[in-house]
Amino acid sequence: MKVIKQSPMKATLTLLALALASTTTMAQELSITVTNLTQGLHFTPVVTAAHSNESRLFMLSDMASTELQAMAEGGDISGLVSLLSNADANINENPAGGLLAPSMSASFTLTNDSANTHLSLAAMILPSNDGFVGLDSWEIPEEAGTYTVFLNAYDAGTEANDEIRGSGVPGEAGMPVPPPLDASIGMNGTGVTDMESNDKVHIHRGSLGDDDMSAGKSDINNSVQRWLNPVAKLTITVL
Amino acid sequence: MLTFNAQKNISRKTAKNSLYQIVIVSLLTLGLAACGDSYKYSDDNYTPLVQPPMEYSYSITLTNLTYGQPLSPIAVILHGDSKMWQVGQSASVALEKLAEGGDNSDFLALESNLATTSSAGPVPPGASVTLNISTTEPMANYLTVVTMLVNTNDAFSGLTGVDISTLVLNQEKSWRLNVYDSGTEQNNEAVGTIPGPADGGVGFDADRNDIDLVGYHSGVVSKDDGLSSSVLTQAHRFDNPAVKLTITRTK
Repeated sequence: MKVIKQSPMKATLTLLALALASTTTMAQELSITVTNLTQGLHFTPVVTAAHSNESRLFMLSDMASTELQAMAEGGDISGLVSLLSNADANINENPAGGLLAPSMSASFTLTNDSANTHLSLAAMILPSNDGFVGLDSWEIPEEAGTYTVFLNAYDAGTEANDEIRGSGVPGEAGMPVPPPLDASIGMNGTGVTDMESNDKVHIHRGSLGDDDMSAGKSDINNSVQRWLNPVAKLTITVL
Repeated sequence: MLTFNAQKNISRKTAKNSLYQIVIVSLLTLGLAACGDSYKYSDDNYTPLVQPPMEYSYSITLTNLTYGQPLSPIAVILHGDSKMWQVGQSASVALEKLAEGGDNSDFLALESNLATTSSAGPVPPGASVTLNISTTEPMANYLTVVTMLVNTNDAFSGLTGVDISTLVLNQEKSWRLNVYDSGTEQNNEAVGTIPGPADGGVGFDADRNDIDLVGYHSGVVSKDDGLSSSVLTQAHRFDNPAVKLTITRTK
């Protein structure tokens, strides 16, 4: 380290300036718990990220990105993760190690760089066609403490909500059904609708469902797999 | 000039205190200016103690977050300290007309309004509208915004009587707004009772055949969900929040 001779007064001021600068640019340690508040929905692997004010995972009333579409239609967060990596975000992937079951929680820690002042989260909700639980750019408080944020269910606007078994591949109709959900989702539904008239990200209108596990319009169970907002709770402790 | 900048950045609640400061500084400035060559006014027509009325301007952006509920023309009102509806109270006739038919003209014409504006037309799902409103009225410290979800019997969203006097210049505030039921019309979803494109029916009916109390809306049922007489489909169902609202003080 280079030593520069200077007056004691100047040295004090320099130290003071450094001290002030470090309080505003210090990384933060976040302890985060995501809770699935529903009794009948599963969340696919959750992606949570601290990022700059310039980046967004999704925005209400904007068209979904192809990466958001892949998450919302099939639960694939790899595209969002690479977008976030390219934007120098601090990322946590898949804290539940797979599906986050109804009423279950997953906890993790995240250290955010000083430039990454905002927190976002996304995970597909099942059963749905392109529904997801999301948090869009919540400003991370500088003050230490525990904060609670309630999250809503969104519709990516990229696929018709036909509510019948099908594909998780972006652009293909129907809902993906991973093995753990196979028994709880109906069969042979004729389809609720083949239209998606609102192609912007919006608040999900909810699933219709029906009470017939082997026929009917929908493969969703109307007494178990519906929801009302909020669908998730996020507890963030700023250490 | 300095005092002007300071004035712009303070909230309205402290405006009174700073008025004294302005008067004092103005008097000092006047005293100094009077000694210099740059003094442009004669003593007769320069009246430093009369302040022009302070103008406050706000930009309000509303986004329709629903899948299939167009919003009726957005009413924006500045007024004194009051609520224009309350859960557990009867809706006014003006609110009833807005909530049943999407017609905001009576609501905008209420005598207690100090400043009003309205969007030119309805706001479709996924769309946004930005409206500007200005006032020089010192009591216009409270905001009401209201709109109907037109593919319903009498559902509306908005906020009322929100104190905006603490907003400093360029400060922004946002809300996600839930859906109310005006309680003035039964939610029968019947043909001819829904004014929106789902039906094209009658809007306002003076007869109050519901509980006549404002409350939170329980959502529409639709014919797809077992209400066989409903003109609505699954596409008209909604969940909270229905609206995102952002206000920015611009002056």
